[in-house]
Amino acid sequence: MKAFLDMGGYAAFIWPAYGVTLAVLVLNIIWARGSLRRALETARRRSASSGGNS
Amino acid sequence: MRWTWFHRLASPPYLYGLAARLTPWFAWPAALLILGGLFAGLVLAPPDYQQGEGFRIIYVHVPSAWMSLMVYVTMGLAAAVGLIWRMKVAHAIAASCAPIGASFTVAALVTGSLWGKPMWGTWWVWDPRLTSELILLFLYLGFMGLRAGFDDTQRADRAGALLAIVGLVNVPIIHYSVIWWNSLHQAPSVLRFGKPTIPGAMLAPLLILLLGFTLFFAALLLVRVRAEILQRERTARWISETLSG
Amino acid sequence: MSITDLPAGVGSALDSAPSLVYAARPAPALDAARLALSRDLVLAFRKRGQLLQPLAFFALVTMLFPLAVSPELSRLRAIAPGVLWVAAMLASLLALEFLFRDDAHDGTLEQYALSGQSLTWLLFAKTIAHWLLTGLPLALMAPFAAMSLGVAASAVPGIVLIMVVGTIALSLIGAIGAALALGMKRSGTLLALLTLPLSLPVLIYGARATELAIAGNSYMAPLELLAALAVLAVTLAPLGAATAVRISLE
Repeated sequence: MKAFLDMGGYAAFIWPAYGVTLAVLVLNIIWARGSLRRALETARRRSASSGGNS
Repeated sequence: MRWTWFHRLASPPYLYGLAARLTPWFAWPAALLILGGLFAGLVLAPPDYQQGEGFRIIYVHVPSAWMSLMVYVTMGLAAAVGLIWRMKVAHAIAASCAPIGASFTVAALVTGSLWGKPMWGTWWVWDPRLTSELILLFLYLGFMGLRAGFDDTQRADRAGALLAIVGLVNVPIIHYSVIWWNSLHQAPSVLRFGKPTIPGAMLAPLLILLLGFTLFFAALLLVRVRAEILQRERTARWISETLSG
Repeated sequence: MSITDLPAGVGSALDSAPSLVYAARPAPALDAARLALSRDLVLAFRKRGQLLQPLAFFALVTMLFPLAVSPELSRLRAIAPGVLWVAAMLASLLALEFLFRDDAHDGTLEQYALSGQSLTWLLFAKTIAHWLLTGLPLALMAPFAAMSLGVAASAVPGIVLIMVVGTIALSLIGAIGAALALGMKRSGTLLALLTLPLSLPVLIYGARATELAIAGNSYMAPLELLAALAVLAVTLAPLGAATAVRISLE
C-alpha cells in the first residue's frame, strides 16, 4: 500500500494531477446540477405567481 | 419527412424532456468507465520503462486535453447551427459547452504542468501542446466574456456564436502555427514524447477514460441544456405545464 | 440605384468634402465601397490627433525596452523582432477602438446595413481605410523603431514589407472583434481578449520573418505564410465583421 501511494517517487506529481482532475469532474457535476436547480426554482416561482394572477 | 427528427430536436419542450430522460443513460456509464479507467490506470497498467510510474499522469492529462478540444468543436458546431438556422436550442447547447470546456482546459494545463516537472525539470515549458491549451483557454474566456457583456440573451447568443465559429476556423491555424513556431526554437535536450507504440495494457485504460469523459460531457451537457432552456423559455406556457404535471 | 441614394451617412459626410465629385450613375458594391473608403479617409484627416495616437503608442512601447532591458544595442537587436511585433499588435489593438465606434454612435453603420449595398464590401472598405490610417503608418514607422534597437539599415525594406502584410491581417482580424464588441458598454479589455488569441499566428510568422530579415537571411517562407493568413483574412474577415455588425444592430 505504501509503495502504491509512493508511486515510485512520483507521488508529489501524480496525486495532485489526479486530485485536480477529480475536482474538475466533481465541480462540473455540482455546477451543472446547481444551474439546473436554480433555473427550476425560478421557473416554479414564476409559474406559481403567474398562476395566482390569472 | 426525413428531417422530422431534426425539427423535433429544435423544439425546446421536446429537447427538454428528451434531455431529462437521457441524462442517466449517459451519467451512469460515464461514472463506471471513469472510475474503472482511473483504477486500471493507477493499479493495473504496468509502469513505463522510461518514465516509470510518472507516466500515469497520462490517464488524467490526455482525457482532459481531449475534452478541452472536443468541447470547443461541439461548441463551434452548435453555434454554427444556431446562427445559420436561428435555432434557439443550438445556442443553448453552445452556451452550456463553454464552462465545461474551460474547466477541462484548466485541468489539462495543471496536469500537463505536473507531468512536465519530473520530465522536463520545470513547471512550465513552452511546448506546443501546453501552449495550444493555454491559447484555447483564452478562446474560452473570450467567448464567456463576450456573452457576459450582453444583457440580452439573444444578442449574447448570436455574438457568441459568431466568435465561436471564428475561433473554430482559427483553432487549426493557431495549432499549426504554434507547432511551426516551436519546431524553430526546439532545445535539443528536451525530452520529447513522440508517438511511441503504447502496449495494450497501457492503452486500454486510456481508451476507457476517453470514452468515459466523452459520456460525462454528454451527461453534463444534457443537464446544463435543460437549465439554459428553462431560462430562455421562461415565458413559455409549456414550462408551467411541465413543472406542474 | 444611384449614388445619391447611398446611405445618408455617406452623403452627409461628403457634402463638405471637396475632393469628391459624384454624378448619378449606377453604384454597384465596389463603387459604394470606394465611396465609403474615401469618406473615412476624409473624416479621419479632420481628426488628425486621433491618427497620431497609435503611432505615438508604438514609439512609446518601443522606447520602454531599452529602458527596461539595457541600452546595449547587441542585446536590443536580439529582441528587436519581438519588440516590434508586440508593439505593433498592441498599437493596432488600441486603434481598433476607433474603427466602428463613431459610426455606430451616429447611426452610419445602421444606414450602411439598410442601404441595400453589400455590408461586407462596405466594411471591407472601412477596414482598408483604417489600415491605411494606422497599419500602413505603423509599417512605415517600424524601420525607425528597428534602427533605434540596433538593426542595420539593410534590413529596412524587408521589415517594411513584412509589417505591411502583417498589419493588413491584424486590421482585418481586429475588425471582427471590434464589430462584436460594438453592442457593449465597456469593451476595452474584452476587445484584447477577443482579438489577441486570434491574431497569434500573425505574431508568430511576422516576428520570425522579421528575425530572419534582421539577420540578413531569406525570410520568404514565413512571409509567404503571413501572406496566406492575410489573404484568408481578406476573404473571410469582412464576412464575419458584417455578420457581427448585423447582430449588434438587431
